[in-house]
Amino acid sequence: MISSKKEYLFNAFFLLITGLSAFLIIVLLLGIFVVLFSESLPAIKKFGFVKFITTPTWDPVREIFGGAIPLFGTLVTSFLALIIAVPIALGIAIFISEVAPRSVKEPIGTAIELLAAIPSIIYGMWGLFTLAPLQAKYVEPFLQSTLGKLPYIGKLFSGVPLGIDLLTASLILSIMIIPFTASIARDAFQLVPAVLKESAYGLGATKWEVIKDVMIPYCKLGILGGIGLSLGRALGETMAVAFVLGNLNQFPSSLFSPTTTVTVKLANEFTEAEKDIHLASLFYLALLLFIMSFTILAIAKYLIQRTRNR
Amino acid sequence: MRKRKIINKIALTICFFTALWGLFWLFFIIFDVIQHGITALTPSLILNDPTPPDVPGGGLKHAIIGHLLITITATLIGVPIGVLGGTFLAEYGRNWRVSRIISFLADTMVSVPAIIVGAFVYAILVKPFGHFSGFAGAVALAIIMIPVIVRTTENMLSLIPWTLREAAFALGAPYYKVIFQIVYRGAGMGIFTGIILAIARVTGEAAPLLFTSFNNAFTSYDLREPLASLTVTIFQYAMGPYEEWHRQAWGASFLITLLILALTLLGRYLIKRRFRH
Repeated sequence: MISSKKEYLFNAFFLLITGLSAFLIIVLLLGIFVVLFSESLPAIKKFGFVKFITTPTWDPVREIFGGAIPLFGTLVTSFLALIIAVPIALGIAIFISEVAPRSVKEPIGTAIELLAAIPSIIYGMWGLFTLAPLQAKYVEPFLQSTLGKLPYIGKLFSGVPLGIDLLTASLILSIMIIPFTASIARDAFQLVPAVLKESAYGLGATKWEVIKDVMIPYCKLGILGGIGLSLGRALGETMAVAFVLGNLNQFPSSLFSPTTTVTVKLANEFTEAEKDIHLASLFYLALLLFIMSFTILAIAKYLIQRTRNR
Repeated sequence: MRKRKIINKIALTICFFTALWGLFWLFFIIFDVIQHGITALTPSLILNDPTPPDVPGGGLKHAIIGHLLITITATLIGVPIGVLGGTFLAEYGRNWRVSRIISFLADTMVSVPAIIVGAFVYAILVKPFGHFSGFAGAVALAIIMIPVIVRTTENMLSLIPWTLREAAFALGAPYYKVIFQIVYRGAGMGIFTGIILAIARVTGEAAPLLFTSFNNAFTSYDLREPLASLTVTIFQYAMGPYEEWHRQAWGASFLITLLILALTLLGRYLIKRRFRH
């Protein structure tokens, strides 16, 4: 039998270590921000903020660094991926929660979520060796000969289709982020009160009308949160994009041109940066990416939590 | 009326095809990895040290050992911190406002880009020491693990009914004893599942290791040195010009994918089994 004083002390000790572990989350997040900021200070001082994000030059020899192209590349690949992924993810969520027979709901749901479990390096390698050649040989020439002939948007499909380009990278990203939006939307659909749906059915609405006019409006915040979560993921994805985007520091002129993103630049140049200002500029890019993705993720999580608490 | 029915049919059919689209890519990737990987998977791939690209018979022993060392160390660092942190959020600190904030931040941190964590650890553990190390890689992976485990632990502990705890309090048990003997016992399987899923998550990470454990062409057991890992080796080999390297990269991808899918399915199965009753 331990004395109650010892028990009291041990309890206080356990409270302390659990508390410290929990506070480590705050420490880590603050630490990441502070460390990235202080490491990028030389670049911040030298290039400023507006100049850095608007300068397209990235020249280690002349020591002029601007993040315009990688930042633009990050945004473009992520938004293209969202455009492809969001309708599909919503379709999948609707299919699983409303259309599919009970017996296949679970297996399909699990399979879709497995897409998120496959490591990004596998996506990248598969993209480089399997998808990119297919894109170059079949998909992109086909797009060029059909959509490429149209006025205005035809320009998007110009250039030599090599497979190592914006379109392939965005397609891979879109596959990777489908499960995030799909599972959040599916959870949100499950929270729609049955009474609401039933009253719409009672008025003679078809299933699609119930989905479109009752469920989606009811869940719009949650769905928005799911999209934000996917966007945050897409912004920070590294390995999958590193293989198929080409790491070329130039603005993309069409969907078939190689470019670069913040993450690809970091992955390729970080360990090879010889000059301090080069490394500092890379840290600056990392800091901007951190702020961007953290903000988007925080908003997304907030929206998702709000729908859950309703 | 007819028109509405037709629109309904079309829309629901499109939903069916979106599901097919998702499944199509999943099976495409998995079959592709199996097809390329199975021919590359020979005993020599696992057991032999690497050789120069033109010498046959090379293997990935260095990367497999490095990967195991890094992952185990990361687990040893990340699991205790994660479980304890989750315990605080669900038990001692459950009524504190700051716990809600930490929980929210952990939730957000789960999705923070892994490469950022790599850059952070580079700045605190690689730059000051002047060289890459396996330990830095392990810390980077641990940082990615911690928020995942914190959140699953918190969720699993909150599932234990309060009446159980109150029964133990009524017998005069101090809080830590209630946690160890009632709460952990009840939530043990759930916490374990969270740990498995967290390990599955970090096993496939390459980005945080690029600037931390870096790479090593030789087999090493020393966490203070740069260590090869399967994922970084895949990156290096796949981007390299040699056919033999590509073959080995596929073999490594096969190993990693199989392991991760198995761990993920096991974790999901355990969760399902728990929530069935």
